[in-house]
Amino acid sequence: MNGIYLDNNATTMVAPEVVSAMLPYFSEQFGNPSSMHQFGDKVGRALTEARRQVQALLGAEHDSEIIFTSCGTESDTTAILSALRVQPERKEIITTVVEHPAILNLCKQLEEEGYTVHYLKVDKKGRIDMGSYYNLLSDKVAIVSVMWANNETGTLFPVQEMAELAHAAGVLFHTDAVQAVGKLPINLKESRIDMLSLSGHKLHAPKGVGVLYLRRGVRFRPLLRGGHQERGRRAGTENSAGIVALGKACELAMQTLEQEKTEVRALRDRLERGLLAQISHCFVTGDPGNRLPNTCNIAFEYIEGEAILLLLNRLGIAASTGSACSSGSLEPSHVMRAMDIPFTAAHGSLRLSLSRYNSEAEIDYVIESLPPIVAQLRKLSPYWRGDGPVSNPQDLFTPNYA
Amino acid sequence: MWDYSEKVKDHFFAPRNAGAVENANATGDVGSLSCGDALRLTLKVDPDSETILEAGFQTFGCGSAIASSSALTEIIKGMTLDQALLVSNQDIADYLDGLPAEKMHCSVMGREALQAAVANYRGEIWQDDHQEGALVCKCFAVDAVLIEETIRANSLHTVEEVSNYTKAGAGCSSCHEGIEAILNRVLNERGEKFDPNAVAGERQKPSSGLTNLQRIRRIETLLEAIRPNLRRDHGDVELVEVDGRNIYVKMIGACAGCQMAGATLSGIQQHLAEGLGEFILVLPDSELSRRKLTTAASA
Ligand SMILES: Cc1ncc(COP(=O)(O)O)c(C=O)c1O
Repeated sequence: MNGIYLDNNATTMVAPEVVSAMLPYFSEQFGNPSSMHQFGDKVGRALTEARRQVQALLGAEHDSEIIFTSCGTESDTTAILSALRVQPERKEIITTVVEHPAILNLCKQLEEEGYTVHYLKVDKKGRIDMGSYYNLLSDKVAIVSVMWANNETGTLFPVQEMAELAHAAGVLFHTDAVQAVGKLPINLKESRIDMLSLSGHKLHAPKGVGVLYLRRGVRFRPLLRGGHQERGRRAGTENSAGIVALGKACELAMQTLEQEKTEVRALRDRLERGLLAQISHCFVTGDPGNRLPNTCNIAFEYIEGEAILLLLNRLGIAASTGSACSSGSLEPSHVMRAMDIPFTAAHGSLRLSLSRYNSEAEIDYVIESLPPIVAQLRKLSPYWRGDGPVSNPQDLFTPNYA
Repeated sequence: MWDYSEKVKDHFFAPRNAGAVENANATGDVGSLSCGDALRLTLKVDPDSETILEAGFQTFGCGSAIASSSALTEIIKGMTLDQALLVSNQDIADYLDGLPAEKMHCSVMGREALQAAVANYRGEIWQDDHQEGALVCKCFAVDAVLIEETIRANSLHTVEEVSNYTKAGAGCSSCHEGIEAILNRVLNERGEKFDPNAVAGERQKPSSGLTNLQRIRRIETLLEAIRPNLRRDHGDVELVEVDGRNIYVKMIGACAGCQMAGATLSGIQQHLAEGLGEFILVLPDSELSRRKLTTAASA
């Protein structure tokens, strides 16, 4: 397919090597890995291999710490519910205001059920205050769940330090590392992280396969009970093709981590510099000095993100926005709001997320294409006149009906 | 991705009448920054005939907000102010071959800008419909106050009922939780408990003691009695279906597109309820087809 894909935080292309690795598991390798015959045995061995590949990428001490699930959301849910069930006397959860809905909506539900959820706030750069975190840790807290990297801005949280603090306080620590795995080096055996979620489709494996890392010795209750798959920790006949694919994707990610850090980052920086140099009244959101190497999130003031996306799409460029209208929610993304980005800019936030499959030519094309789009939309905007915003835009244009 | 019609795309990619009209003598500013939409409509009105000679828009908003603004200016150019005031948000959506339900509020904004501009021209202060409460349902622009009043007035218990009475929640359904919260509050005041699992009650059997046929005849007679009133305004009403306490009617002629259609319906409802001596609901026939669709879809 033609087009420039800069929406890799939403999902990624399945790597060609991954596709070829998984294909046999749709056809000749159809056996049930639990079966006592050659059909099952071959598949069982493939799953073992995949488990080791995931283990290697995560730097986990044991391959039995890897539990295959159906997606990142399932891993997140399993982790939090398990922590609550093994410690029924602990009724509090600590998380942040900028988590993915997989965590936030679960927490909202748990609040309805009587749990107390502490949401750590972030500052204008999307950073949390370790002091307030430290003060919340107590023996009433069942689990801390904090994302490793934010899906919208790429901002990284100091999860390793946070896990240390949680461990010292005797509190379980989970991290949603869906956006981090494959983009950053991770070494779980050197950390105090008890549980970690990842999702295949964010690292060039297909959709519908994920992993929950569960440190050996951490007490656990399964989400799905049934057969003895995944050592009874996640029942349901394994998605063998997906798991094999994820294993292969992890193996590839091991080899390309360096590339993420150098080439992908250089492309991202080139893109960002190119855009900022040409377009006025825009700024990078999040914490630019401390973020994923592939993510660039820029807020363009006085225009709206969905309109930008539609115009980009016409040129074959795929990106995403934190604007309300693209989601139908009518409110700008909770991440933009949490960082206190003014509404005039929050609606115009554009996320460009790269992968190792992007080229310099593509990036240059975007650098060339985006400025006229921004100019075109600003020309339509009531907040804009000529080369800049109307002086004191909020006063000059004060629409009725708030 | 939104399923935008070709018309929407056309008006977005090549907006008509973009920018402020020079020497405009009417301006309407509406919008909601928090929703990410804002619109300034400028008009040049001929003072003698009150005809809109030129219309221009400036919009901060998504694709359909821009397309709706563009469509609005095309629709109203050449109309008199009175004619333009009859343009409904549905007309704007129709002009664009429809908008996704979640985007209907974009067309509402267009209509409101127009009302604000006309008020500005006439030296009046425009009061929007939603000053009182925050919008709960953005698809159909229904605010909390209206929902709350409707729940009280009709003793509603479920989100589905609220949607049927107010349209709130009948679009993208993202406000269902908000509606539940209001139900919760109002029911608590009454000392009742909101039961999210309650289904909208079985259609109540008519309580007038009439047979179905008698009842329908009575309804026809009652409608006949108010026809002269409607005809005086060049409109009419037609009975379409009677389903338990729900009576579906079709508004005809001037009544159909009339801004007052809602008020007219509730007038008819009161008249019928009094005449039948039972609690009934008068609904537009569009509601009937919508319900058929939703029952078909859920079957
Ligand atoms: C940070 C984060 N957590 C969780 C998820 C959910 O993953 P999945 O789509 O596999 O359920 C996503 C992906 O959208 C994500 O970005």
